[in-house]
Amino acid sequence: MKNVKVLGSGCKNCRTTIALIEQRAAALGAEIELEKVEDMADIVSYGVMSTPGVVVDGEVVHAGGVPKAEAIDAWLR
Amino acid sequence: MSALILPLQRLHRRHPLVLVAVAAVVWVLVYRQLEPLSYTLVGLLPLAPDSHLASTLQFFLYDTPKVLLLLTGIVFAMGIVQTFVSAERTRDLLAGRRLGVGNGLAAALGIVTPFCSCSAVPLFIGFLQAGVPLGVTFSFLIAAPMVNEVALGMLLALFGLRIAALYLALGLLVAIVAGFVIGAMGLEGWLEDWVRELQTAPPPRASLAELSWAERVDRGLEHVGEIVGRVWPYIVGGVALGGLIHGFVPEDMMASIMGRAAWWSVPVAVLLGVPMYTNAAGVIPIVQALLAKGAALGTVLAFMMSVIALSAPEMIILRKVLKPQLIAVFVGVVASGILAVGFIFNLVL
Repeated sequence: MKNVKVLGSGCKNCRTTIALIEQRAAALGAEIELEKVEDMADIVSYGVMSTPGVVVDGEVVHAGGVPKAEAIDAWLR
Repeated sequence: MSALILPLQRLHRRHPLVLVAVAAVVWVLVYRQLEPLSYTLVGLLPLAPDSHLASTLQFFLYDTPKVLLLLTGIVFAMGIVQTFVSAERTRDLLAGRRLGVGNGLAAALGIVTPFCSCSAVPLFIGFLQAGVPLGVTFSFLIAAPMVNEVALGMLLALFGLRIAALYLALGLLVAIVAGFVIGAMGLEGWLEDWVRELQTAPPPRASLAELSWAERVDRGLEHVGEIVGRVWPYIVGGVALGGLIHGFVPEDMMASIMGRAAWWSVPVAVLLGVPMYTNAAGVIPIVQALLAKGAALGTVLAFMMSVIALSAPEMIILRKVLKPQLIAVFVGVVASGILAVGFIFNLVL
């Protein structure tokens, strides 16, 4: 099971990203553990400076803006 | 339609730059037809060609598509440029720079680096942790919202090259000098404690994939959808207002209140700007109206800079990392810079 973290302080794009990842995971039937990281110090510890950021199994795969559905599918497979 | 779309999609995948070149040619051809077209359209209406209403309508019919086309072109180009300068890359360029050169570089990068005030805090900390000096970080934080591509594109479209260039130069100057002053004062002690503790541990560098040209073109298009999609109502409203002023309002109405003779109008304009919060696209119609009514250019530019660079919501966000004293210094230094710009402009021009 993949661990997916969405880094962001609760802005609109961050919520959209979380909803989109949940939706893609359900569509693919992929089991994931989805976490929200909202604490500034934690966000910064990943070296991400534009939110929302996405971390899959400890690796930063995305920063800044809502990711595309195809990109999410590639992370979850 | 699909007969046209399918070859375009194939072109986009295989030769994205050819597609951009074709679009640019179409853009220029359409742009050059706008002015004759607006006269033709107004000519079709039962109006005297030299009436106030005809003049207003012609201005509106010409300026609205002109500004939207210009903005689309500029925003698309900036969307592509931004795929080369991420916040992470800018941080690496600025790390370890000294005060002075670093401030200039930070202000210049502030124009092209994608920036949203909701990311101001992670960006601020990311810069400090990587060893970007506090004063250099502030130069970036001041320039990024104030001298952005939407502001410059709209000024260029509505007021011409001279005013756009002056705004660019003075915006950069305020960002550089304000950051330099804050840096020289040595105010690191006024960062919040948790931020100072973080500074000792540099974070791992985020590794992000390189983009292909087809993806860069996509980013450019997304940027257009995002920015133009958000600001077009302001533009239509602003041009409509401009058209009415153009056709109906007598000149020099504002001259007595916001003209050059009224020295106190510059500080008043800056004070008025702080509680107002809007993006560059929203403030420019106001700027256009004020200028048309005879307000002095320095006063109006000071108002515009104050609205964009000194906003209450951004200060609330920055309060998470800055102690109140440092926020006060930040506001004081930036406001002084803007005041100086307003006064100098009104004196020189």
